[in-house]
Amino acid sequence: MSPTKKSPAPTPGFDPVRRRFLSAVAAAAGVTLAPGVILYGISRSAQAVAREPGVAASAEVRWGMLIDVSRCDGGCDKCVSACVEEHGLYGHGRPATDAQWIRKVEVRDPGSGESRSVPVMCQHCASPPCVDVCPTGASFKRADGIVLVDRHICIGCRYCMMACPYKARSFVAEELEDQKTNTPRGPGTVEACNMCVHRVDNGEQPACVQACGMAGGGAMLFGDLRDPDSEISRAVARYATQQIRADLGVDPGVRYRNL
Amino acid sequence: MTQRRIFVALLVLAALCGPVQVTGATENVRVVSGVPVPDIPRGQGEACVADTAFMRRNHMTLLRHQRDETMREGIRGNLYSLQECIACHAVTGPDGVALTVSSPQHFCRACHDYAAVSIDCFQCHASRPESGLVADGPGQTGGAAPARVSLQ
Repeated sequence: MSPTKKSPAPTPGFDPVRRRFLSAVAAAAGVTLAPGVILYGISRSAQAVAREPGVAASAEVRWGMLIDVSRCDGGCDKCVSACVEEHGLYGHGRPATDAQWIRKVEVRDPGSGESRSVPVMCQHCASPPCVDVCPTGASFKRADGIVLVDRHICIGCRYCMMACPYKARSFVAEELEDQKTNTPRGPGTVEACNMCVHRVDNGEQPACVQACGMAGGGAMLFGDLRDPDSEISRAVARYATQQIRADLGVDPGVRYRNL
Repeated sequence: MTQRRIFVALLVLAALCGPVQVTGATENVRVVSGVPVPDIPRGQGEACVADTAFMRRNHMTLLRHQRDETMREGIRGNLYSLQECIACHAVTGPDGVALTVSSPQHFCRACHDYAAVSIDCFQCHASRPESGLVADGPGQTGGAAPARVSLQ
């Protein structure tokens, strides 16, 4: 190659054309890598980061909860009312059949008489029985471990309600109006805790966790179980935690401490 | 002859009923050169996310495609979001509050009633913005009759 007047004298072994080509390739590679890098960054950093628009939920993340039952006051139902408010789960005054995404369960040890109040919602299992039994594929697990009902194809057969060992799902029988924008729900379909997907995707915490924190209980911790540096993973590694009915082998994403 | 009289009476009845039916459906319909066309409320803002003619033909496909992406894969911030449709195309009622799909004035119903195509979206989805209030925009002054655009 012969250098022109304007270009500087080439150093031995330096080829400007080759360099330009290589820089272009490097830039292109950077752009291509960026989404992956960003994705990784989100999954490994604090949970209060919204996923980029247009990016799908990633299996690098597994959202979970840790509930410290010793810090849960029996008389408090802030998590339940926050859930009702967030998703517009106003009932018809019929507790047996009204939709219930999270409930407080009183458990008592018959031997010692000691009792605990436990918030129970969809446990977002790694191997969800509700998904196994669903005949239409409406019950599904998102890549990041959140178990949802696709009500577009739910036929309301309620097999999932029978299959769920945690009694977490509800059936909507009556027509509804003025649902919450972020929580579409309607008659003839089954529903359950969706871990506030719209909030989680937006980098926020589920409504119950936020309400519990604001009420001063701080019994609920939400985060990424796959990230070893997340608060929840460190707590799970440090303390003895348990899953309800761990013997079933469904690996719930909701864990309990001091139960 | 009795049969003929009954037949004539039926004809007269049918002739009377015809216009009654038309007037019954005129709430959202304008008659242009003798042809009834739907009277569609104008949305807010400068323009829709896509060309009007394109949206008229394809909105259902766009929404169905996006619903699966958002629901199954968790992809947010897509262009064709039902939530955004509802926000822009909310029609204010006389009390200044956005109308639900139970009102024939609702944007979606204006056309769907005319075309006799039922929509299932609002069995589950909210048919008006959550606050129930609509920001003032072109043709959306609170309480006033909404400006309308008609198919020509």
